Amino acid sequence: MATVELDNIRKRFGSEEVIGGVSLSVADGEFIVIVGPSGCGKSTLLRMVAGLETITEGELRIGGQRANDREPMDRDIAMVFQNYALYPHMSVAQNMGYGLRIKGLPKAEIDAKVAEAARLLQLDALLDRRPRDLSGGQRQRVAMGRAIVREPSVFLFDEPLSNLDAKLRVQMRLEIRELQRKLGVTALYVTHDQVEAMTMADRMIVMNAGIAEQIGTPMEVYERPATRFAAQFIGSPAMNVLPAEAREDGLHLGAATLPNPGALRGPVLLGLRPEHLNPDPQGPIEMQVMLAEPLGANTLLHGRLASGAAFTASLPGVHRADAERTTLRLSIAGENLHLFDPDTGRRLN
Amino acid sequence: MEKRVTFKGWLLPLCLIAPQVAISAVFFFYPAGQAIWQSLFIPDPFGLSSQFVGMGNFDFLLSDPYYRAAFRTTAIFSALVTLAAMVPALFLAVMADRLVKSAGAYRTLLIWPYAVAPAVAGVLWMFMFNTRVGVVAWYLGQLGYDWNHVLNGQEAMGLVVVASAWGRISYNFLFFFAALQAVPRSVIEAAAIDGARFWRRFFTIVLPLLSPTTFFLLVVNIVYAFFETFGVIHTITAGGPQQATTILVYKVYADGFVGQDLGSSAAQSVILLLVVGVLTVLQFKYIEKRVHY
Ligand SMILES: Nc1ncnc2c1ncn2[C@@H]1O[C@H](COP(=O)(O)OP(=O)(O)OP(=O)(O)O)[C@@H](O)[C@H]1O
Ligand SMILES: [Mg+2]
Repeated sequence: MATVELDNIRKRFGSEEVIGGVSLSVADGEFIVIVGPSGCGKSTLLRMVAGLETITEGELRIGGQRANDREPMDRDIAMVFQNYALYPHMSVAQNMGYGLRIKGLPKAEIDAKVAEAARLLQLDALLDRRPRDLSGGQRQRVAMGRAIVREPSVFLFDEPLSNLDAKLRVQMRLEIRELQRKLGVTALYVTHDQVEAMTMADRMIVMNAGIAEQIGTPMEVYERPATRFAAQFIGSPAMNVLPAEAREDGLHLGAATLPNPGALRGPVLLGLRPEHLNPDPQGPIEMQVMLAEPLGANTLLHGRLASGAAFTASLPGVHRADAERTTLRLSIAGENLHLFDPDTGRRLN
Repeated sequence: MEKRVTFKGWLLPLCLIAPQVAISAVFFFYPAGQAIWQSLFIPDPFGLSSQFVGMGNFDFLLSDPYYRAAFRTTAIFSALVTLAAMVPALFLAVMADRLVKSAGAYRTLLIWPYAVAPAVAGVLWMFMFNTRVGVVAWYLGQLGYDWNHVLNGQEAMGLVVVASAWGRISYNFLFFFAALQAVPRSVIEAAAIDGARFWRRFFTIVLPLLSPTTFFLLVVNIVYAFFETFGVIHTITAGGPQQATTILVYKVYADGFVGQDLGSSAAQSVILLLVVGVLTVLQFKYIEKRVHY
């Protein structure tokens, strides 16, 4: 229950700049997902908010107060780690109550709070167990429980679901989101999984090499990616991005001509989401299909354009296996074209 | 999770354990058997014949006030040596663990004392505290303290404890340092976020996670204090003054080789053997129960 503001935050390890100036203003109760490929600095950014890494430059404000120099315990935050970081020698109840014991709360009050959190997370029956006797999902819940009993203003999550299997991940994703809404606590959530980012975020911050490529709601990022990187990172399968030429009469992509959405001229990068392509015998795009992946509701077709560039289309329904090694004509609506600057990667339209 | 190799026959496994068995037989079972055998006899004053006395040596020992004093001395000495060797080692390891830079150099420097043989360390300390030429004794004299471990039993005990523990600090430091490095960083960070400051974290998180190492070192150091401090005691005090530093092992030597009472000396060895046995059993029992988190 606090706002979090990052004002041009930078981090250097020695001379190497790992975070290159990130600014973000998180509203009270908002769920922010920090998403990006491995090594882009997501954990580092989160750990700076937690106070586990020093902030080289810039200002961090939690609840409007400058927090750069506060100790982790004085920031009113709770963190869930990727490996859960449970105290191995303590029972589940002791793990959850540790923070309260340190605060010096009376034992009865601690027990009550732990019991309530345990009920919320369905851990009632496990309170006396040690972490080593729990399953991955249960450990994850204990880590959540430890975070919520302290009633912090901000939750920090560093890839909390990456050690779980796919099914449990979907379930825990919902549980975490539900819990956060119920408690109304501001949350920063790190993941490299774009599906997690899309489904959980109020707003997401797409990071690449220590820079925030785009900050926006999942639909904003999906519909109007600000950079080529954001365009290809969010959405599955990834967007096709191809060099094209913008002229007066339209966008020239090899032999194909598409409507020019802006008044642009010169070389551009053209982005086409696989799911926006429609099979159309008169369509301008001709694709040589090499491989069909039926997913049930839709089918992924992988192949090449006449120029030799790799290309993917996602078509609804089942496409027969003989779709392989055939040519397919595709069209796309003008509003689904994304144009990027070939040098900077910034959006042009 | 254990990986075991299973052998079909019994010849190969027998051959594989033969060297170990042979070494144990020559250096342990044979001398231990000899000690047990000899503990049942009293030799005559010239060592020409011996007379069977059964449990006589043990009966005598257990009612001998000097022997019981040696037991008490050993208990005090071992407890002090173990404490003096482990507490500073743990403290240094915690400090080294906090270092980000030059932890390696610090660690290397701390290992050096371990390379010094106990007897040499004993001589070193004896010279420093020598009542006539010792540097430390002289400074203590300047401060108005009249150091004389040759006459004062407590000072003698203090000196042999320090001299014995000194070299062991390195050894313990290494184990503590390795164990500290193995404590997951994120667990410490979680505790920090939970509100625990450094020493609170140390006592509630780190120390419990170190307990297998601590217990291992406890046993190893007690065994060291029991058996391997002979050189230190022999060079510094030779058990004196008035047997104030005569620990069990030293008494085995003093009665057997100086006093030539081989029967009593052998009986003392047997008692020591039992003590070590109990210690070892305790150690294994504990480790089985507690080590695996
Ligand atoms: N203590 C450190 N010293 C030097 N470099 C570091 C340190 N910690 C992290 N880095 C570097 O900072 C960069 C970002 O690391 P970070 O852990 O934030 O990545 P991440 O986005 O969380 O990746 P992942 O998804 O793999 O967890 C990496 O290149 C990493 O090597
Ligand atoms: Mg990370």
